[in-house]
Amino acid sequence: METKQTTQINDDLLRPLFRTTWRFYCGAIICGAVVAAAMAAFGYQVWNGIGVWGIDRPVFWAFDITNFVFWIGISHAGTLISAILRLANATWRRPVTRCAEVITVFALSIGGIFPVVHLGRPWLAFWLFPYRSEREIWPQFRSPLMWDFFAIGTYLTGSITFLLLPIIPDWALVRDKAAGWRKGIYSMLAMGWRGTPRQWHRIESAMHIMAVAIIPVAVSVHTIVSWDFAMAPVPMWHSTIFGPYFVAGAIFSGIAGLILAMAILRKLLHLEEYLLPVHFDNLGKLLLMMSLLWFYFVFAERLTTWYGNESSEMAVFWQTQRGSFAPLFWAMVVCNSVIPFPLLAIKKLRTISGTVIASATIVVGMWLERFLIIVPSLSHKYLPYAWGTYRPTWVEITLTAGTFAAMALFYLLFAKFVPIISIWELKAGMRGAPAVPSALPARARSLPMTGGPMTADAGLGATND
Amino acid sequence: MIAVYGLYPDPDSAERALDSLRRARAELGFALRDIAIISSEPFEENRWGRGDHQTIMPWLAALGGALGGFTGFEFASFTQNAYPLATGGMPLAPLWTNGIITYELTMLGAILTTLVTLAVSARLPNPRAKLYDPEVSDGNILVGVIDPPDRSRPALTKLLLDAGTARVKEFPPRF
Repeated sequence: METKQTTQINDDLLRPLFRTTWRFYCGAIICGAVVAAAMAAFGYQVWNGIGVWGIDRPVFWAFDITNFVFWIGISHAGTLISAILRLANATWRRPVTRCAEVITVFALSIGGIFPVVHLGRPWLAFWLFPYRSEREIWPQFRSPLMWDFFAIGTYLTGSITFLLLPIIPDWALVRDKAAGWRKGIYSMLAMGWRGTPRQWHRIESAMHIMAVAIIPVAVSVHTIVSWDFAMAPVPMWHSTIFGPYFVAGAIFSGIAGLILAMAILRKLLHLEEYLLPVHFDNLGKLLLMMSLLWFYFVFAERLTTWYGNESSEMAVFWQTQRGSFAPLFWAMVVCNSVIPFPLLAIKKLRTISGTVIASATIVVGMWLERFLIIVPSLSHKYLPYAWGTYRPTWVEITLTAGTFAAMALFYLLFAKFVPIISIWELKAGMRGAPAVPSALPARARSLPMTGGPMTADAGLGATND
Repeated sequence: MIAVYGLYPDPDSAERALDSLRRARAELGFALRDIAIISSEPFEENRWGRGDHQTIMPWLAALGGALGGFTGFEFASFTQNAYPLATGGMPLAPLWTNGIITYELTMLGAILTTLVTLAVSARLPNPRAKLYDPEVSDGNILVGVIDPPDRSRPALTKLLLDAGTARVKEFPPRF
């Protein structure tokens, strides 16, 4: 009986690996085409120089740095949330964690490319690396950009490790179920994993240590990204609130990104029995809390600026409140607070569709927020005669579209080669929980009840292990 | 290496098999360390799933972190002192900014040490053929004895069958 149910879960979650549908090909072709267009735009930019961008004195940071900050923020969805839920022993995390951790790795990789793209001559990026060169140009460790290098490098290394460790037992499972060339590849990836008590204990210990280590790293990463701005004497940048403001915004946009990814996976891979409404409901509550926190930070920042009435800051302030950037500012407020708040606060509206709509608007709103932090301040610095403005060109717009398509493409390919839900963690979560939520589907309620207290929480909806 | 084992559909029957093996080990001529258990998920709520719990992994992670932090601090301050830049009266090797590099490399050190410790203590990667059965992936729990004496095989087979397995197998499989 148990074996049959375990087999059913294996079949459900391994199906996308062994069977390729037309939806996968359609998605891959569409995303691949946009990524190819973005690469062509990048090639055009490299060939002609960054003069093809809309940046000009005094706005030297625009879409590229907006994309950098935005994607580093999105990366906070995964590893940070997964680590917190692991340490809190929240059972409902089990089907969610891998979906989240994948976002971190890909978003960090995409975001991390932009400082290099922004260099204009990306082939000289190695000048930033800390190694001794003949020119005796050593890295400037006092520069926030150098801190970025170390922070993002550490976070990326930690996130890849955090993602890959729990995949090893699932690769062993795929190895056992695969045939032909797939078996060879997955055997290599499984690295001889067998599942002895010693191996299980070591991997769980390692995951626990990694969870403890990765949370402060995640917080430091976006704090350091905020210091790229806060360390500069630019109006409305030089602020002590920027560290926590950026971290809150990152987690906010990250959760929104996670909900969108889960909803798409649920539909595309038919994971309706694993990614349940309760997951969207719980993440929706978290999103609501972060929406309120984000609003609090924006209000605190704006109020202190207005109350201080310092002329250079007020120039930027009024540009965003009722000047040329006002439509974007108010669109941001609508996207991040006005639309999500009722959708997430009213229980009846906090459905899968409700959380997805709220998340989509938040992703747009948070991209606008990053843009509004960067461009209005640069275009309205201390000397009014040096004020300027900025309009993006097709190259920047294509590159930006390419980042979203690249994220979708990477995600799609990942879900094709790796079980997107951690199978062993899901099975382990099925044992020893307080009760079976009656709202769960039949399969989840009848999952194997082995060992420990003879109840099944199914890891799919209960509150705690 | 050869092994004799059974596949059990649930932890209770696996537990019965293990208890029988533990009791009979002196009589059948094998040691406790020769008993093998393999499962497709952790069973830490069961006594047998909690074995081998001693690990110094957290301490090694802390040590790796300390080493990483020391390296980061020395790396930054050595560079700043060896190739001094004009700092306008500010310290050449400031603790505030070097603290950030130190912090990041502390965490990197802890992460990498954990990874290496896991690989060594869980013996990964392990390309050599070891006792395993792909049916474990279907939720079965493998319980067996590695290199049992020839004389005790019939008794061992009976003991494993009595505990609830449908069939006793050998590794490497005999065709």
